[in-house]
Formats: sequence, C-alpha cells, structure tokens
Amino acid sequence: MRWKSKTPCSQKSEEPIQPTSLSLFLRLFYRYRDLAPQLVPLDYSDNPAVTLPYELIGSMPELKDNPFRQRIAEVFSEHGDGNMTLDDFLDMFSVLSEMAPRDLKAYYAFKIYDFNNDDYICKSDLEKTVNKLTRNELTPEEVSLVCEKVIYEADVDNDGKLSLADFQRMIIRAPDFLSTFHIRI
Amino acid sequence: DEKKARGERSQKRDRGKTAPNKDQKESENKEKKTMKRGKEGENKQKKDRKNSISSSSNSSDEESLSEEELAMLKEQVEQKKKLISTMRNKPWRMVKKLSVLREAQDFVEKFEGALGKGKGKKLYAYKMMMAKKWVKFKRDFENFKTQCIPWEMKIKEVESHFGSSVASYFIFLRWMYGVNLVLFGLIFGLVIIPEVLMGMPYGSLPRKTVPRAEQATAMDFSVLWDFEGYIKYSALFYGYYNNQRTIGWLKYRLPMAYFMVGISVFGYSLMVVIRSMARNANESTADGDDDNFIFSWKMFTSWDYLIGNPETADNKFASITTSFKESIVDEQESNKDENIHLRRFLRVLANVLIICCLCGSGYLIYFVVKRSQTFSKMQNVGWYERNEVEIVMSLLGMFCPPLFETIAALENYHPRIGLKWQLGRIFALFLGNLYTFLLALMDDVNEKLAEEDVVKNITHWTLLGHHNSSAGNDSTVTPRPLDPADVPRGPCWETTVGIEFVRLTVSDILVTYITILVGDFIRACFVRFVNYCWCWDLEAGFPSYAEFDISGNVLGLVFNQGMIWMGSFYAPGLVGINVLRLLTSMYFQCWAVMSSNVPHERVFKASKSNNFYMGLVLLILFLSLLPVAYTIMSLPPSFDCGPFSGKKRMYDVIQETIELDFPLFVAKIFSYVANPGLIIPAILLMVLTIYYLNAVSKAYQRANAELKKKMQMQREEEKNKRNNKANTNPMLQDLEDLLTPSTKTESPPKQAEDKKMESPNGTSPVGKPGRGEVLPGSPMANSRGAAFTSPSQVFVTQPRTLGIRAPYPGQPRPWGHPLRPVPGRGRGQPCYPRAAR
Repeated sequence: MRWKSKTPCSQKSEEPIQPTSLSLFLRLFYRYRDLAPQLVPLDYSDNPAVTLPYELIGSMPELKDNPFRQRIAEVFSEHGDGNMTLDDFLDMFSVLSEMAPRDLKAYYAFKIYDFNNDDYICKSDLEKTVNKLTRNELTPEEVSLVCEKVIYEADVDNDGKLSLADFQRMIIRAPDFLSTFHIRI
Repeated sequence: DEKKARGERSQKRDRGKTAPNKDQKESENKEKKTMKRGKEGENKQKKDRKNSISSSSNSSDEESLSEEELAMLKEQVEQKKKLISTMRNKPWRMVKKLSVLREAQDFVEKFEGALGKGKGKKLYAYKMMMAKKWVKFKRDFENFKTQCIPWEMKIKEVESHFGSSVASYFIFLRWMYGVNLVLFGLIFGLVIIPEVLMGMPYGSLPRKTVPRAEQATAMDFSVLWDFEGYIKYSALFYGYYNNQRTIGWLKYRLPMAYFMVGISVFGYSLMVVIRSMARNANESTADGDDDNFIFSWKMFTSWDYLIGNPETADNKFASITTSFKESIVDEQESNKDENIHLRRFLRVLANVLIICCLCGSGYLIYFVVKRSQTFSKMQNVGWYERNEVEIVMSLLGMFCPPLFETIAALENYHPRIGLKWQLGRIFALFLGNLYTFLLALMDDVNEKLAEEDVVKNITHWTLLGHHNSSAGNDSTVTPRPLDPADVPRGPCWETTVGIEFVRLTVSDILVTYITILVGDFIRACFVRFVNYCWCWDLEAGFPSYAEFDISGNVLGLVFNQGMIWMGSFYAPGLVGINVLRLLTSMYFQCWAVMSSNVPHERVFKASKSNNFYMGLVLLILFLSLLPVAYTIMSLPPSFDCGPFSGKKRMYDVIQETIELDFPLFVAKIFSYVANPGLIIPAILLMVLTIYYLNAVSKAYQRANAELKKKMQMQREEEKNKRNNKANTNPMLQDLEDLLTPSTKTESPPKQAEDKKMESPNGTSPVGKPGRGEVLPGSPMANSRGAAFTSPSQVFVTQPRTLGIRAPYPGQPRPWGHPLRPVPGRGRGQPCYPRAAR
C-alpha cells in the first residue's frame, strides 16, 4: 500500500504507526473496501473522493437488521444522504464503538432519532421511532400515548418537543444506553 | 494531563482517561498521511502566519521574555493542551478535528520549549521527552494487551445472535479463565516445578512411592480414575512434597513457598474481584430503579445495536412490542387493587416449601457421605457406591433449580425480583450442599487423625526393628535402608481431602458437559428431526428448543471456582485441571449455544447483574477461605507426608523461616507486631475507618437525593407556570426576587433552600405540589444549559446512589392530571412494574 511507505517530513516529532493499531485500521479499511472493491482503490495517498452508496452500507451484516440503519448512515454521511466516504465510515464505527465517551454517543443518538433534522425530537419523530421499533404493531392510539408519555417524562423546557439538552439529560442516566448503543466490529 | 497531552502530540492521537479509540486513531493517522499533500500547503500558511505573529516574541532572546508574556504564553499552551485532550468528545467531523488538532499540536510543540528558562531549559526538555516516551510506551503496552485478548470474534458472534446478556456469561467465563491462568502460573511455577526439578525423585522417599500393597493395581484405569494409584503419589497432591527446609543448589525454601503460595492464591483472587467490582460500580452511574424515564428509556435504549441476525431481530421486535403494550396497560390500570392477603399467604407457603427442600437436600448429602465412609472400609464396592456422593450432589444441582422455579410461580413477583429470589435460593442450595459435604469430610479427617497416632507408633517400631535386625548381622556395615515401598504409611488426611475435591470437580465437569450434550444438543436434534412424525408441534410446544440458562450457568461457574479455591491448598494440580476445564468449556459452550439454543423470548436484562455476580464470587471466595484457614490453624499436619510434616502446626513454617533465615531484629519486630496489644487497636482503627467512610457515603447519597428532589420540583414548578395554573405561593415570589441577585454562587443558596425545604416538607402532606418549593427559579431558568449539565456531571462522578426513593410531593400525580391531589394512595411512588429491559 502506497501510503505506508510515506516518510514523515513536515512533522519531525512523529513516530511510525504501531503494527497492532495498523492491523485494526486495516481491518476497518478492508471492510469498507469489501463493500465495493471496484470502487475503492487500495492507494489512498492522493486522497480520492470515493463515496459508497447507502445500499452497500445498509447491507453490512452489522447494520442490516437494525431498524435505524438508514438514519445512522444519513447522520454520519457528508451530505446527509446516506452515501459514505471512508472518513464517514470510520467516524460512524468509532462513535458506535465501546470506547466512545457517553456524551458523544448521546449527541449522535439524538441526531439519529431526529428524523426531520430540525434539531428537535418532535412528536412525529417519536412516532416514527416507535413504529420502527415495533414494526407498526401498535395501534395509533397506543403510539400516540407512548409519544405523549415520553414528552411528558423528558421535556423539561416544556415546548412539546425534546431538545438536545432534554435528550442528553434523560439518556445519560439510562443504565442500558452504553451497552445497547454499541456496534462491535 | 500535561504528560498525556505531550505524548499525544508525538503520535497525533487523542486520549481521554480511557484507552484510545482505535478507529479514530487509525483514521487520524491515515488522514494525516493522505491529507498531508493537500494540507501541507495550508499548514505552511498557518505556520507562516503563526510564525509572523510569534516572531515578535521569538525573535528576541528567550531570556528577554518578560514575565507577563511568559504567563500569557503558558496560558495559551495550557488552553491548546486542554483542547487536544478533549478533542475526542467534540462532535465535529473528522476533517475538522484533524486540522484543529494539528494546529494545536504545532502550537504546543513550538512554545513548550520556550517555557523553560536558561540552564533549566535543557533539563525541562529532557524531562518532557522522557515523559513522552513513557506515555508512548504505556500506550503500546495497552495496545498489545488488547490484541492478546482471546475469543473476541467468537463472543461477538454469540452476541449478535443472542444479545448482550448471553454474551455477558461468556465474558465472565473469559475473565474467570484469566484469573485461573494467573493462579495456575503461580502454583505451577513456584511449587510444582521446583519440587519436580530440584526435589527428590519418585521412589526415593516413602511419601513419594506407591505402597507395596497397592503396587499391583496402581496402574489400572479404574484406580487412576479415582485418583488413587500413581496419581495419588504424584506432584498433583499435597502428600508428595518433601518437608526438607531447602532444596537444590538454589536453597529454595519449598515449605515456605508452598505456604505463601497458598495464601497468595486467596490474596490475588480477592484483589482481582474487588478491583472488578469497583470498576463496575464506577461505570454504572445511573440509578437503575429510577422510575422517571420508563417510557423514554424504553424507546431510546431498548433496541440492541449489537444484533446482527434476523431471527434475533424478530425476537427483539416482538419483545419490544410486548414490553410497550405491558407498560401501556400498567399505566392505564395503575389503580387496580390486588388481593394482598392471598398473595402474602402464597409467598409464605412457597418459602416454606423451598426451605423444606433445602433441608432435605442437606440431610441427603450428609447421609450419603456417611455411607461412603462405611463403604470405603468395605471391600468389593461397586462403581456406584464409590461415586455415590458426587452423583447425588450433581443430581441435586440439576433438579432442584427447576423445582424452585415451579414453586416460585406461586409467588407472582416481577421477573427481575423473581430472578433474584431464584438466584438466592440456588445459592443457598449449593452452599448448603457444599458445607454439608465439608462437615462430613471433617469427620473423615478427624478419624484419620486418630488413626495416625497408631500408625506413627507402628512405623517407628518397624523402622527401629529393621535397623536392629540388619545391623545385628554385621555391625560394621551400614544398615540397608528399608525400601520406601515397604514402610508403613500414615493415612495422610491432606491428600485425602485433596482427592475428594478433585473428584468432586471432575464429576461436576462431566455432569455439566453431559447435561449440555443431552439437555441441549440431543433435545435440539430430537425436536428438529422427529417433528415430522409427531402428533403435536414439538418446536412450538413441549419440549421445543432450549434457551440458554444464564443464571444457572453463571452460578455453576462461581461454585466450581469456590471448590477450586477450597481444594487448591491440598491439591496443587487442581488449578491446572480447572484451567483445562475452562478452556474446553469456552469452545464447547460456544458451539452448543450456536447450534442448539434459541434466543430468549422475553429479552431480559438484569442490568445491574454484573456486580451481583461479582458479589457472589466475593462471597464464595470468603466462604471457601474459611475451611482452609481453619484446617491450617487448628489441625496438625500428617507426620509423614507433605511439606509441613513433622511440625506441630502448619504455620510454624513461618516462624521457622523468620528465626533461621532473617536477621535477629526481624524476629524481634515480628514478635512485637504479633502482640495482641497492637493488633486489637489496629482492628479497632479499621472498624472506625469503615464506619466513617460509610457515614460519608450516606451523606453523599442524601445530598444526591436532595438534588434530585429539587430538580424534579423545579420541573413541576416550571410546568405549572407554563400551564398558567396559579398555584404559586406569594412567598415564593418574594424569595425568588431575593435570590435573583445572588445567581452566581449556586451552592450557598442551595444549602439555604435545602434547609427551607426541609421544614415545609415535614408538614405538607404527600400529593400537594407547589408547597415548600423554594427554588431560584429565574436564575436557573436563565442559566438552564449550564445548570442542567452540571448536576448531571455531579451524578456521573459521585458514588452511585443506591435507589433512595425520597418521596417528594410532585411525584405521585397520575399522568395526565398534573395537579390533582392523590389522597387515597397507599404508596408514595407511582408503580411502573414492567421495567423489563
């Protein structure tokens, strides 16, 4: 791989990449490349602008059963359309990994559940979430009940929708959040 | 923090307090390389700009940097360092993060050197370099350690199919394997190897040789299976070890090493368990019994992102739907009354039945062990009689838990509480069995001790007689020593105890594996293949596929470990057997789970169970320490086997070592320290410290509860205001106006409010909201962002509150009617029972 042989020039205090972390990074890179070998080059030294379409990302085994995979891809993609570059791909798995800090996860979780991207989780966003979680098995009355209850519980500034602060306040105290909002790769 | 930032600088990686995020690290490295060309130009520009800015201060000599400039520079450097260390938490895109990071790092690198002055500068720079190298070394070591963690992919596969609760069992198994591996290394390296390499070989001493009478059958498989014969007289058991004070040219003190290794096995296990518990307690910061966010948490944290399998996903969807429906129903029916008396009667009945079962099983084991003692005296015992004890114990362990579960159906508890009861009962069962077994074993030991005196005399006279007879023939020739195989032997109770534990462990292993094979695999095969020609649907009805029994398996593992701890002092090879067992268990159970189990229907997360299991391990460790400590302290060692033979008590070896190997003053010091007059005050001091720390922790919990109360009340107050329900106290308004000027310092007003809140709370009845609420409404509203992040920080960093439910006035209102007072409610809290996660 070309970029491996580059010698550091401008940063004199740099040390070479450690072999252990290199292998992990290679694993992620190869997962990305395996999605579309004909599109992704092996040589990244000239910074190619390669974007994989959402359909490929959404078909990964780690994501294909997740009801929120579309939203995840949209949140982490550059233009919000679900098509991801290598940076976005790495970003996504780093936030969803075990070691990302809680606040960072909460921030991205908020963005994922905010379907209409208006920086608030409003009732329609909540309804979409519930329907995705239960695959439309609940009646509309039940869905509405659940959404109202969530807003009652978490909305502090009482504007009828959840802001980032409300969401973070609520999710930080959840005991399961870190263990469920986690993808191992 | 400073050092960390410097280390990061050299590697261009971010690091908070935890291990580095590898993905980020990698991508940053890669990004650095790929964007080098693109960004180089940019960076050069930035550097030029920076150079021009700072050239004014840099062009002059370092010594002429004024104090102010130095201080300002230092502040800037600190700022940049802080930025570097918190970079990970910022939700920026990778590109932006990298450019800001590089900029900050350049700045720090450039000006850090300038901060040291004159001669001290070189030393300063050298110190910084060493600090960098040290951080880098630590990080490399962490990387290496993480790479060495085995079975990561296997666990991931199980996790994606069955969810994180089943995977937590395998993670626990892996942790146990690690602990056992360390213990095995200790014992093997410090006790077994020296004896085998440097001690007397087999056949040279009576204790190391199979007695003449048994030599004919010593190699038979049935004898070996019972751990008699050649195995009994090998390094696996206590009896093999010689009591020579030093062995080999290294003068290795084996008896001392044996004793110290025995103690350090317990010490290391204790340390590791407590460290693990502390880590778990740190991580679980939230109060799991908090009822405030039931629906919110259900909505946002119920989907397990680890699921990577359609069948599991289906199950998860179904369980989420069920859980939502249950919560909705509970919400609507929260006023329903239940028949308390019937429920209480049923619960008492269930407990009585279970206590009967426990006593019955205890007596059965005692009876069987007594019988086995009479069997051992008989000849011609069949296979069943020899192994009766182990079979009975394993059968009890297999059939009693399901029996308890069926009886527990009477009790009608919430599943999470029911699980805890079940675990407690199984624990009591195993514990009772183990201790009954131990008591019976103690009887055995005492018998052997009595026998020993007799044998000692016989041996003494035999040896004397032999010497006389052989010397009588020719007084000048040295007497031919008696062949070791012919010397009459003492009963050697320690080896017997060791053998019992090894046999128990082996039979436990076998029973576990056979249960898995038959109960899971054969059952799955049967259901799959016979289903075609059976009257009812085997897969849907009875017996269907098995679910993985998490709690049963974890308890089995914990108890197995308890037996290892108990037996390892008398059978050093036991830990090696356990290591093998855990290794094969990992592969075998992973295979069994993937091939024959189905995911749980009700995906159940006992969220605080991690520390619960660690607590069990701790309890078992303590309980298994007791018998060993008792036997070491109070029973005399056998006279002709083991490293302590010939001493009055086993711990005499310590005194001997101190007297003979250490200089005189050490012995004096120890004799002073061992004085009860010194030990008792030390114990008192420790007790007082524990009491003090407990009081401090309780104070923190109370403060936490007060803060929670206050936040809740403030929320309600805000809601009231917005809803324009005029229930605000005129007193409140005055107080608010008073408090508005002093908005900066939150804590003193809070203290004052706490006191004020106490008295009204005492008088106001439950259910009247709005009264007694004293809050700095407007200051909090103004600085809401800051105010609400800082208390949550407080919650995150304080020691975890333990479910203190202070009944505050705002809470018991049923949802939908914010201000209706709730007169007739017996309970102070709303009931959200189905918090199944």
